[in-house]
Amino acid sequence: MKRIFLALITLTLLAVPAAAAGIDESINAATAPIASLIGQIVFFKIPLFGAQLPLVVLWLVIGAVFFTFYLGFINIRGFKHAIELVRGDYANPNDHGEVSHFQALATAVSGTVGIGNIGGVAVAVTVGGPGATFWLIMAGFLGMSTKFVECTLGVKYRNENPDGSVSGGPMYYLRKGFSDRGMDGFGKFMGTFYAIGIFIGALGIGNMFQSNQAYVQLNNVAGGGLDGYGWLVGLIMAAVVFAVIIGGIKSIARVTEKIVPFMAVFYCVFALIVIFMNFSSIPAAIGNIFSGAMTGEGVAGGAIGALIIGFQRAVFSNEAGIGSASIAHSAVRTNEPVTEGMVSLLEPFIDTIVICTITALVIGTSQVADPGFAGEAKGIAMTSAAFERQLSWFPIPLAFAGVLFAFSTMISWSYYGLKGWTYMFGESAQGQTIYKLLFCAFVALGCVVQLGPILDISDALVFLICVPNILGLYFLAPIVKQELTSYLARIESGEIQKYKNN
Amino acid sequence: MKNSFLIAVDDSPGSGKAVDIAMAQAKRAGADLVVAYVIEWSAYSFNTPEENAERHKRREEEIDRAAGQIVEPVVAKIKAAGLNAEGVVRHGHPAQTLVALAEESDVSQIFIGRLGASGLKSMLFGSVAANLVQSSTVPVTVVP
Repeated sequence: MKRIFLALITLTLLAVPAAAAGIDESINAATAPIASLIGQIVFFKIPLFGAQLPLVVLWLVIGAVFFTFYLGFINIRGFKHAIELVRGDYANPNDHGEVSHFQALATAVSGTVGIGNIGGVAVAVTVGGPGATFWLIMAGFLGMSTKFVECTLGVKYRNENPDGSVSGGPMYYLRKGFSDRGMDGFGKFMGTFYAIGIFIGALGIGNMFQSNQAYVQLNNVAGGGLDGYGWLVGLIMAAVVFAVIIGGIKSIARVTEKIVPFMAVFYCVFALIVIFMNFSSIPAAIGNIFSGAMTGEGVAGGAIGALIIGFQRAVFSNEAGIGSASIAHSAVRTNEPVTEGMVSLLEPFIDTIVICTITALVIGTSQVADPGFAGEAKGIAMTSAAFERQLSWFPIPLAFAGVLFAFSTMISWSYYGLKGWTYMFGESAQGQTIYKLLFCAFVALGCVVQLGPILDISDALVFLICVPNILGLYFLAPIVKQELTSYLARIESGEIQKYKNN
Repeated sequence: MKNSFLIAVDDSPGSGKAVDIAMAQAKRAGADLVVAYVIEWSAYSFNTPEENAERHKRREEEIDRAAGQIVEPVVAKIKAAGLNAEGVVRHGHPAQTLVALAEESDVSQIFIGRLGASGLKSMLFGSVAANLVQSSTVPVTVVP
């Protein structure tokens, strides 16, 4: 795997000085076979009722269903309490100045709310039909339980570094958790496996896919004027990422982190406006979502086919089961790991149940009103076309939002990947710089290759990390249940008290 | 209610005058003093993951700096004058946090300098003193 990526980096470095047309094609030709090879291994499929079911998707679905039942529908039970925590009802004034629950949630959400919410949903609807939306929502709902488990464990087993900073995430809970259960060697293996996976995944889902889709949308707005200039857009984006993660220019990151939540709200508001402008198509669009979910009409593999696509896209968007959010949540200093789990279950809700569903309805209602609205457009370009039908000026702010979403996701993922890297190679500053340079190279690379191979590579890599992560979650679930029971009992008895809004 | 006053301090010259006046009044009333410094902080700001990971370290540094450079010298000065004093540093919204501290310490009065460290900001958003006067549950003495 490493050799493949070294080859990819070499290709980028070669591409940079040779500023001529045709670079895109040659890199595409080089990456496509790699993408299909990785895809075949990770998405090993078994035939089921005429559909091809990738084992890894089954693995995720079973995990999410299991945790939902095992923890007694924590995704419903914990919802109200999660909102109280985010609102700061339980925040002790003496702990003010630490990372608040709201901040942990906001950071994790800006890592997950990305291009996937705009472009990924369009991919799901194109491949899986309108029914995929139903399964997408279902996957978001079940994913809330998975998130709860992984974020609780992330806080419980994090490392506190001598300098007072913290490092946490699946690699730490896999290693320590298995070690606690007497499986020392296996824990070490799993931790390292995860660290390698999140490192490579950070270069895919959190990097190449993001910069690629941002470029596609920019080019779309420019009317194709950027054709063949992917390398240039890539270099510019890489330079900005470089300025933040290596140059330490925090102001750029700070501005982005502040704008992203407003962009998300802006996006949702205008999406709702478009949906209501397509008013007469709403009933038919919702009908299609439900009937498509059950019959899977016109989708390869029918209803099961739609289910597979829906779940795949949902995970790609909300990252439940991947364990990445667990890394972000570990930074919160709390005595109660369960509180971070509770807060994190809002992420799939915001990301998938709210934002993805809204996007799906924008596309769905447009399809009902005018089946050929998007022409040949795919991914984010299709979503953009659906907005353009009603609001001709919208593709420009959408491109702006897309670039910002992509950027904030890249910043978050650069941190996740970094934690994987430091887990493997230690916290040395020099090693961290090497990783960050590599990360920037991949930002540029992402703009050069086309959507197909990019999506395949990043999909495959992200699903690969689910395997060790969810396996660990099964083993450690009893600990989470114990923590949860004790926490809820202490709330019941009044031992844990609210500081406001009593 | 205890026989004690709260003094809100920062590194501005106005704050020094407030300390002097509070000391003079505390001497007459035989009151104890609580010296409070609030580090402006919001639970609802947006951070990068890296900032979150380093937050605890930064918080300790901020508290050490505020305690060492601002609060402790004032406490030492008050004690040298023969009065009882304790210092407290806390993160939060300045006026709200001062009100909360006044309630927790059960003080009978708050002293604050009229102009805080940043003149421009207080022109835009109203000064801490003005906000404190609006929201305090005990009498506030604003020292010009």
